[in-house]
Amino acid sequence: MNRAGYQPIAPRPAPADTGGPWAWLRANLFADWKTATSTLVLGGLLLWFVPRLFDWAVLGAVWSADLKACRAAEGAGACWGVITEKYRIIIFGRYPFEQQWRPLVATVLMLAMLIASCTRAFWRPWLAVLWVAVLAVFFVLMYGNTPGLARVETDRWGGLPLTILLATLSIVMAFPIALVVALGRRSDLPAIRAFCTLYVELIRGVPLISLLFMASFMFPLFMPQGLTIDVLIRVLVGITLFTAAYLAEVIRGGLQAIPKGQLEAAATLGLSYWQTQRKIVLPQALAMVVPSIMNSFISVFKDTSLVSIVSLYELTGALDMAINADADWKPFKLQGYVFIAAIYFIFCFSMSRYSRWVERQVNKSRMR
Amino acid sequence: MSDPIVVFDKVNKWYGNDFHVLRDIDLQVGRGERIVVCGPSGSGKSTLIRCINRLEEHQQGRLVVDGVELGDDVRVVDEVRKKVGMVFQQFNLFPHLTVLENLTLSPIWVGKLPRKQAEEKAMQQLERVRIAEQAAKYPLQLSGGQQQRVAIARALCLTPKIMLFDEPTSALDPEMIKEVLDVMIELAGQGITMVCVTHEMGFAKAVADRVIFMDEGQIVEQNNPHDFFSHPQTDRSRDFLAKILGH
Amino acid sequence: MPPKKSSWSWRSRAARGLAYQVVAIAVIAMIVWFLASNTLHNMRVRGIQSGFDFLSQPAGFSIGESLFPFDSAESYWRAFLVGVSNTLRVAVAGIFLSTILGTLVGVGRFSRNALVRGLCYGYVECFRNIPVLLHLLMWYLVLTDLLPAIQDAWHVGPFFLSKGGVNFPVPVWHPGLAWAIGGLFAGAAAAGLYRAWARRRFEETGIARSVFWVPVLLVLACVALGWLAGGAPSLVDSPEKGEFAVENGGALTPEFLALLLGLSTYTAAFIAEVVRSGIASVPAGQGEAAAALGLDRGLEMRLVMMPQALRVIIPPLTNQYLNLTKNSSLAVAIGYPDIVSIANTAMNQTGRAVECIAILMAVYLTISLLTSALMNWYNARVAIKER
Repeated sequence: MNRAGYQPIAPRPAPADTGGPWAWLRANLFADWKTATSTLVLGGLLLWFVPRLFDWAVLGAVWSADLKACRAAEGAGACWGVITEKYRIIIFGRYPFEQQWRPLVATVLMLAMLIASCTRAFWRPWLAVLWVAVLAVFFVLMYGNTPGLARVETDRWGGLPLTILLATLSIVMAFPIALVVALGRRSDLPAIRAFCTLYVELIRGVPLISLLFMASFMFPLFMPQGLTIDVLIRVLVGITLFTAAYLAEVIRGGLQAIPKGQLEAAATLGLSYWQTQRKIVLPQALAMVVPSIMNSFISVFKDTSLVSIVSLYELTGALDMAINADADWKPFKLQGYVFIAAIYFIFCFSMSRYSRWVERQVNKSRMR
Repeated sequence: MSDPIVVFDKVNKWYGNDFHVLRDIDLQVGRGERIVVCGPSGSGKSTLIRCINRLEEHQQGRLVVDGVELGDDVRVVDEVRKKVGMVFQQFNLFPHLTVLENLTLSPIWVGKLPRKQAEEKAMQQLERVRIAEQAAKYPLQLSGGQQQRVAIARALCLTPKIMLFDEPTSALDPEMIKEVLDVMIELAGQGITMVCVTHEMGFAKAVADRVIFMDEGQIVEQNNPHDFFSHPQTDRSRDFLAKILGH
Repeated sequence: MPPKKSSWSWRSRAARGLAYQVVAIAVIAMIVWFLASNTLHNMRVRGIQSGFDFLSQPAGFSIGESLFPFDSAESYWRAFLVGVSNTLRVAVAGIFLSTILGTLVGVGRFSRNALVRGLCYGYVECFRNIPVLLHLLMWYLVLTDLLPAIQDAWHVGPFFLSKGGVNFPVPVWHPGLAWAIGGLFAGAAAAGLYRAWARRRFEETGIARSVFWVPVLLVLACVALGWLAGGAPSLVDSPEKGEFAVENGGALTPEFLALLLGLSTYTAAFIAEVVRSGIASVPAGQGEAAAALGLDRGLEMRLVMMPQALRVIIPPLTNQYLNLTKNSSLAVAIGYPDIVSIANTAMNQTGRAVECIAILMAVYLTISLLTSALMNWYNARVAIKER
C-alpha cells in the first residue's frame, strides 16, 4: 500500500543539449582569462606553424627519386625522394640486393608471430613450438647455406630485420635468466643472493654501450684460442645480459607483491619450494608485471639502435651507411631520419598501447 | 518553511547520458534542522549531499544554499564552500601534515587568519571532539575513529553553517563507531544544521528532526524518525527497514 | 633465551642450503677461472700488455673540448679526468633542464586548457617512442646543417649562433667585479631576511606577501649596487667574427648542445610521465577534501597534491636521472669527448681493452651509486610518517 503522493519516477535520458560542442569549448579552452589567453597564444602559434609544416612535408614535397627536383625544391619542400631511392638499403642493410626477398619474408613471418602471440587465441602450449619453428625458419631464410638459398654471412644482415631479431631474441633469452636471478635475489641463501644482487647492480650501473664495447673487444679474449664468435652473437649476448638485469628487477617487483599468506598456504598444503614458485607465485607475479615486461621490450627495441656504434647496421646504422656515402643525397639526410623515426614511433607506440590494454585486462580480472 | 538554508527545486542529475541519478528532487532544509538521509546503495544519497557544496554538479533544476544559487560561477562556489563543512567516509585527512596543520590549513590560506588565531581556533575544535592531545601527531599515526574525529574538527574550523556527513562511520571498525557518533550527537545538540547520510539508525532515532528515505534517485518518503520507523508509508521503505533493522 | 640447537642434520634445510651454495660458488669460480685463463693466454699470445701503468704515459691525442686545458703531451689519466668532467658537465646540466621541462609538461597534462593537455600528451608520446641515439643524431644534424656557416653566423649583439655553436661574451676579471660578487652575497642574505620577515608577517596577520619575486629583485638590486660601487667594470671578452671562426668569448660547441638538448628533451618526456602518474596517484579524496575546505586549484596543487605526489615521484625520478647519465655515453656517436669516447680512443691506441673498460665501468658505477645515495637520503627525509 503506498501513500498517495509517492509516484515512482521512471528514469529519463539526459537532456540532449547539455551544452554540446560550444559548452565543451567554453569549459576546456576559454574557462577563465588565463586559459583563454593561453588558448589564443598557442592556437595562434599552431595556426602559423602547422600549415607551413604541411606545405613543406606534403604539398610542396618531392615524392619521386628525382635528384634535380629535390635540389630545386630545397627549403620549400621535403625531399621524400631520398627514401624512394634508398629505402631498400635503409630497411635491409647490406643484404645482397637480389636476395632481399628473403629478409622480407623472414621479417613478415616474425612480425606475424609476434602479433599473434599478443592475441588471446594463441595462448596455448603449442605457442612455444610455433616460436621455435618460426625462429628456425627465420635463420634458415636469412643465413641460407642450403640448396636453393645462397649463404649470406651475419655481418651482411642489417636494417629492420636485424632490429626485430635482436630485440626479440634478447628478450626471449633474457627471460629465463631474469627469472632465475629474481628468485635468487629473494633467496635465503646468502651466497646466491649476493651473487644475484651483484650482477643486477653492476649491470644497471653501467651504460649499454660499455657492455657492447665489452662484448666487441673483450669477448674474443675470453674464448679459447681458435674459437671465433660471430659479431652478431657477441652483441646478442651483451644485450641479453643487459636486458636480463632490468627484467630481473621487474619480476622481483611482481614477486614482492605476492602476499605472504599465499606462501604459507602453499606450505601447509605440502608443496616444495619449486612447486610453490611454479604453481602459485610465478603465475600471479608474471601476470601482474606483463605491462612492465612490455615496457622492457619497448626499451630493448629502442636500444638496438646502439649496435650501430659497434658496426652492426641495424635500422639507424643502415640509414647512416645509405646516405653518408652518397654525396648527392646527403643534403636530405634529415628526411631519412624522419622516416626511420616514424618507423620506430609506429612500433613503439603500438606496443605501448597494447601494454596499456593488457594492464586493463589484468586489472579487470582482479576487480570484483 | 520560512527561511530554509538549502532549497532543492526540481533538481535532476545524470551521470553520462544514461544514468539518471537524481530525479526531480524537491527538498528544503531549515536552519538548525538535523536531517538523516538513508536508503539502499546506489540510491543517490551521497550524490544529493555532494551537490550541496558543488562536489557534484546538477544539470537541471535550482539549488540554493543560504540564499545563493549554485551554478558554474566559480566565485559563488567558493563562497558556498566556506559556509559548508563536509566529513567524508574515507576521512581524507592530509597525511603529510600534522593534525594541527590539517585544521589550520584552510583558516590560514583561505580565511586569511593569522597563524596564532588559527591555531587557537583549531585547538578549541580539537577539544570539542576530545582529541586535543593528538595535535602534533600525523594522521596515519592515529586510529580510524581518531582520524574521523579530526576530520570533523577540521570541518568545524571553517565555522560552517551546515555540516554534511557522507557515511562517516561506514569505514570504521565497530568499536570506534561509538566515539564518532557521540561527537556527532554532541554537535547536533549545539544547534548546527546537519545533513547526514548514514546507516546508523540509532543515531537517527536519537538526534534527527527528519529522516529522508531515498531509492533510485528520488525521495520516496520523509518523516520524523518516530513515525518513519514505526509506520513506514511505502512498500519500499518497509522493505528497507526490515533489512537493516532485522539484525 | 631460546636453547641452542645441539645437533646438525644433513637432511635439514640448512644443510641443503649449504650444499646448494657450495655448488653454486664452485660453478661460478670455475667459469671465472676459465674465462680469466683464456684471457691471460690470449693476451700473452697477441702481445697485449696489461696493467694500469699506461695511465702515466703521454696521451698523444688532443681533446675537442674540456673545462681545463689539455694537450696531447698530458698523461692518460688526465685525459680520463677530462672525460669525466665532460660527462658530468652534460649530465648535471641535463638533469637540471630535463627536470624543469619534464615537470612543466607533466603538470600541463592536468591543465584546464584542452590545447595544453593535448600538446603535452603529444610531446610525451613523440619523444618517448624514438630511440635516444636517433634524437642525438637529429639534433646534431639540425645544429650542424641547418644553422648558418660561421661566416654568416646569426648574431644578436655579442651573441653568435652558427654551425660553430653558441658564442657568448665572458666578463673579464676586474677587481670591481669582487664588489658585484659581494653584492650577490649581501643580496642573498637580505633576501633570506626578507623571506623570514614575510613569513612571520603572514603568520601574524594572515596576509600573504610575495616570497619569490621580491627576494629575486632584492638580489638583483644588490648585485647591481655592488657592481656600481666597484666602478662599473664592463670589460667583456666578446666574441668577434674572425677569419675562419668566431674568436674570443665563451663557447658551447654544437656537439655539447646537441647532446644536452637531445638528452634533456628525451628524458623530460619520461620525467613528465613520472610526474603525471605521481600526481594521479594521490587519491581523489584528497582533492575533494581540499575543495570542500575552499582551496582553489592553485593552492590545492601546492599545499595538498604536490607534497604527496613528490613522495611517489622521487624513486622513478632517480631512475631517470641515472638513465640520463648513462645515455650521455652515446656522445661517442656525435663526437663529444665524454668518458666513453676518451676510453675508446685510449683503448684503440694502447690495446688495453680490459683496463680501459674497467675504468669506464668504475666511473659510471661511482656516479650511479652517488646519485642513488643522494636521492635515497632525500626520499627518506620527505617520507610520510606512519605508525
